[in-house]
Amino acid sequence: MENSVKRELPDELMDKLDYKPFETVDFGNPEIQRVAPKVRATTGKDKLVDSLEKAVTDNVKDGMTISFHHHFREGDYVFNMVMRIIIDHGYKDLTLAPSSLTNTMNDITIEAIEKGVVTNITSSGMRGTLGDAVSHGALENPVIFRSHGGRARAIEEGDIKIDVAFLGVPNSDEMGNANGMDGETAFGSLGYALMDAKYADKVVLITDNIVDYPNTPASIEQTQVDYVVKVDKVGDPDKIGSGATRFTKDPKELKIAQTVNNVIVHSPYFKDGFSFQTGSGGAALAVTRFLRQSMIDNGITASFALGGITKPTIDLLEEGLVKKVMDVQDFDKGAAQSMKSNRDQQEISATWYADPANKGAMVDKLDVVILSALEIDTDYNVNVMSGSDGVIRGAVGGHQDAATAKLTIISAPLVRGRIATVVPEVTTNVTPGDSVDVLVTEVGIAINPKRQDLIDALKDVPGVPVYTIEELQQMAEAKVGKPEPLEYTDRTVAMVEYRDGSIIDTIKEIKD
Amino acid sequence: MEIKKTAIAGTLESSDVQIMLSQGTDGIQFNLESDVEKQYGKAIKATVADVLKAYGVDNANVKIVDKGALDMVIKARAIAATQRALDIVDEPMWEVL
Repeated sequence: MENSVKRELPDELMDKLDYKPFETVDFGNPEIQRVAPKVRATTGKDKLVDSLEKAVTDNVKDGMTISFHHHFREGDYVFNMVMRIIIDHGYKDLTLAPSSLTNTMNDITIEAIEKGVVTNITSSGMRGTLGDAVSHGALENPVIFRSHGGRARAIEEGDIKIDVAFLGVPNSDEMGNANGMDGETAFGSLGYALMDAKYADKVVLITDNIVDYPNTPASIEQTQVDYVVKVDKVGDPDKIGSGATRFTKDPKELKIAQTVNNVIVHSPYFKDGFSFQTGSGGAALAVTRFLRQSMIDNGITASFALGGITKPTIDLLEEGLVKKVMDVQDFDKGAAQSMKSNRDQQEISATWYADPANKGAMVDKLDVVILSALEIDTDYNVNVMSGSDGVIRGAVGGHQDAATAKLTIISAPLVRGRIATVVPEVTTNVTPGDSVDVLVTEVGIAINPKRQDLIDALKDVPGVPVYTIEELQQMAEAKVGKPEPLEYTDRTVAMVEYRDGSIIDTIKEIKD
Repeated sequence: MEIKKTAIAGTLESSDVQIMLSQGTDGIQFNLESDVEKQYGKAIKATVADVLKAYGVDNANVKIVDKGALDMVIKARAIAATQRALDIVDEPMWEVL
């Protein structure tokens, strides 16, 4: 069958996994029955345990779904600790359902796949050796990639039923009241883990820092927690978030950032009380800096900044240029450390952030978002999942969710090395072109023809030449040449859900 | 023309290509390393082969370590490596350039 973005989907798998093809970015107003977790009642006397091994073996059984969060990012010790025990005990047929997978989790995940311990994975993304292994068919069942909002929806609707959640925290009391803000391994917002804490049948907190009861503020509550396990170290503070974020000196990135800022300022959304989301990455951080100056020059403040937060955004909060920071995760130390001292930096869960299947998510109120792309095609579809060599090397993240903003800007260079970014057809379609409005490159911008209002607003901005996206694609091709088409086998190694749970694309096994 | 000595041109910097030519007896033999081999392997070899042909080189071992170079860079490095290998740097074949 084919979906509405002309991707051919494998009928057999679609039937077997009970999936519908992607149709539209409009979620509508369906009525949804949520699921609830099982609860084993306790007064809490038996919660605090010394042995992670016992917490694993008492609760995990073959065939179960286990979950983790990725807030410790590349400094995570918890995933490796738990998976080591699980592999050594010879468990079989587990489903791994983390919020995402970072590089530090790759080796042990590959080992778990090779030994048949893990036979299913759902994640926001994967990179490096794991992405390579999966792209070459290491896992028998296809990986399911979901956006952060999509994962929240899937958990609430029971598409992901978490049996045991292993959640590392930088502090907890003996009953399981915990937050992400305090302690040596503080990472700030616990946003993604809040879903697991609320919906998993068993919740095992893992910490190196037992604090006095009762621990406040409590992002995870004692009512949700079955066990609190004390270990030596939950993570490496130096690798949790990047250190001080450097301002890019790359002239190409600066040009793109300046143009993004020009697009925002000349759009109808740049007015007092507007809201925005920038991501991480050199150009996005530079945009924040240009935007700051434009806000000062025009006497404009923002009602909120959303999503993954960095220090430059916190600076705007402290200067009063942004009223609230709605924070689902923190990308650097500056953002992580400010949360505990600034009550306008509000921790939000994945569902509050980005889930379409609730009574309104933050992204529904978002005016402007700046997103990146590995590739964007002439229908404005965006790929953030697979490289131009067909190998999985990215994550959906909040891309699909935030792209529903009123003004969605994709910032990307025309080419990276010999790889074109603007292409005739994306390798993997992650975010449908219907939700994308403007592409900003170093040579100029392209505006989605569906947005005549933006074409009118942006057609005469000094220093911002407007091209058709086909023209930008041809410029890219003139530089790098026409690539040979990739060769795949018939086997599906991953399915990419749109945020509503339909299938927007699949990824095939790469032929080498 | 016969290759007189092993010669190299280019660096291993991003967006550059390093090309090494040495004597061969069995036509043009390629050994290519590139991150974009799947998409551009054939194009890279064709560009270098065209340069060698223009210089009349029929036998050579060609080692290419590509770091995502654009076609014009590959051509320039191939010309430099060939002139060095043929020992004609002081008297380049202008008609090829």
